[in-house]
Amino acid sequence: MAACIFLFCILYSVVVNVQHMVKAMEDTVGVTVFFDEGLSEEEIQAIGDVISARSEVADMRFVSAEEAWESYKEDYFAGMPELAEGFEEDNPLANSASYELYLNDIEDQQEFVEYLESIDGVRQVNYSEIAAQGLSMVNSVVGYVSMGLILILLAVAVFLISNTIAITINARREEIKIMRMIGATNFLIRSPFVVEGIIIGLFGAGIPLVLVYYAYSYAVRFCLSHLSILSRILTLLPVWQVFQVLVPVSLGLGLGIGLFGSWFSIRKHLRA
Amino acid sequence: MIEFEHVSKTYDKATDRETKAVRDVSLKIEKGEFVFIVGNSGSGKTTLIRLLLKEIDASQGIIRVGGTDITKLKRKMIPRYRRRLGVVFQDFRLLKDKNVYENVAFAQRVVVTPTREIRRRVPEVLAMVGLSSKYKSLPSQLSGGEQQRVAIARALVNRPEILLADEPTGNMDPGNAWQIMKLLEEINHMGTTVVVVTHSKEIVDKMRKRVITMKHGVVVTDREESGYGNEN
Repeated sequence: MAACIFLFCILYSVVVNVQHMVKAMEDTVGVTVFFDEGLSEEEIQAIGDVISARSEVADMRFVSAEEAWESYKEDYFAGMPELAEGFEEDNPLANSASYELYLNDIEDQQEFVEYLESIDGVRQVNYSEIAAQGLSMVNSVVGYVSMGLILILLAVAVFLISNTIAITINARREEIKIMRMIGATNFLIRSPFVVEGIIIGLFGAGIPLVLVYYAYSYAVRFCLSHLSILSRILTLLPVWQVFQVLVPVSLGLGLGIGLFGSWFSIRKHLRA
Repeated sequence: MIEFEHVSKTYDKATDRETKAVRDVSLKIEKGEFVFIVGNSGSGKTTLIRLLLKEIDASQGIIRVGGTDITKLKRKMIPRYRRRLGVVFQDFRLLKDKNVYENVAFAQRVVVTPTREIRRRVPEVLAMVGLSSKYKSLPSQLSGGEQQRVAIARALVNRPEILLADEPTGNMDPGNAWQIMKLLEEINHMGTTVVVVTHSKEIVDKMRKRVITMKHGVVVTDREESGYGNEN
């Protein structure tokens, strides 16, 4: 039981961190919108207002033609400023003002790009379909696999706690028989076993929570001190953020499994 | 008090081999009576007790206890019904890890009796069965006769209307068995209806009470102030 909840905690920690990292990567995958030549700043601004009002948009930044040229120079002419001097008076990216968009959910990208392309005045939309699909797939796979594993763990935990309670019930079979014969209600007979199941469930959740707490804290410290080189991709969620969900969910699961398992174990002994 | 009307009980209904443990039994036991039910193994006498306890359901017929048709009793009402009965078994069925006092008090605790009442009633019942001095003993420290006295005290502590005893002297020497029977008779004199299932010929002959004899699930004789008889 404790092992199951322990595995659940580990699994949850892995899943939320993977999702967190995927989300962080999603935030770097943007869509860039370029406009038809000759469009005035006001017209571009108007299109920008329409786009930013969409619910899919998490963040939007306007990149003027000048900023685009500066950025280009930094990227391609770094250390060779003389190469860019020839363009000093004539911005080759004069018609490259753009909006950089970041979406709330990368899965909406394809549909949203189609919408952007349908807007009058939009010349071109740049985006990475492979990155979006890859991240979506990682998200889905992580979601399905973790859901499957969690369901298996829950089933195993219920089975184990039922067995534990069944052993206790077996040891006290005679007592149950006598209680029934004397006229004890099912509630009275069931209560101690259910309470026992709940206590086992809560302990079974509490112990792994403590273990995972220390293990996770160590992992966070280790990543910060030894793997700082990977800090852009390997960013673990802070301990409190993981445990503010993990503690109530694990204790709830422990309690629920204890209640459910013991309730079903005792049921057959209560048939009059 | 107790009334069986054309009661039959068939076991193994699921299989093809149906066994009729009780066949068309009709009998009536009045309030305050002391009745022996006798018969060989397999005659159906224990089935009658189990039917009365509502451990099993009758396949046919009506069983009335204190005017209530218990064949129609809802499952939820069974515990409340059982509190009207006291039961004693051949194997005592005491809790081995609890002392005499706790075994008797246990019966009151499961029907949620206030502690003050338990403290008053348990010594009273232990005195009645002659075990006041042994209230701290564990069942393993008692003789068979004493253990049965504890079981009787437990059966009586909630003041049942009916005391059902299934082979209460089965594991005892004649001296102890006789003492237990005298105790049951005393309880009967206090107003409790007592039904004793036994196959002890000497005791039945000596007690001279009403004797219902069963054979192959059928009541073959029902006599007042009788002996064991030769029907078996």
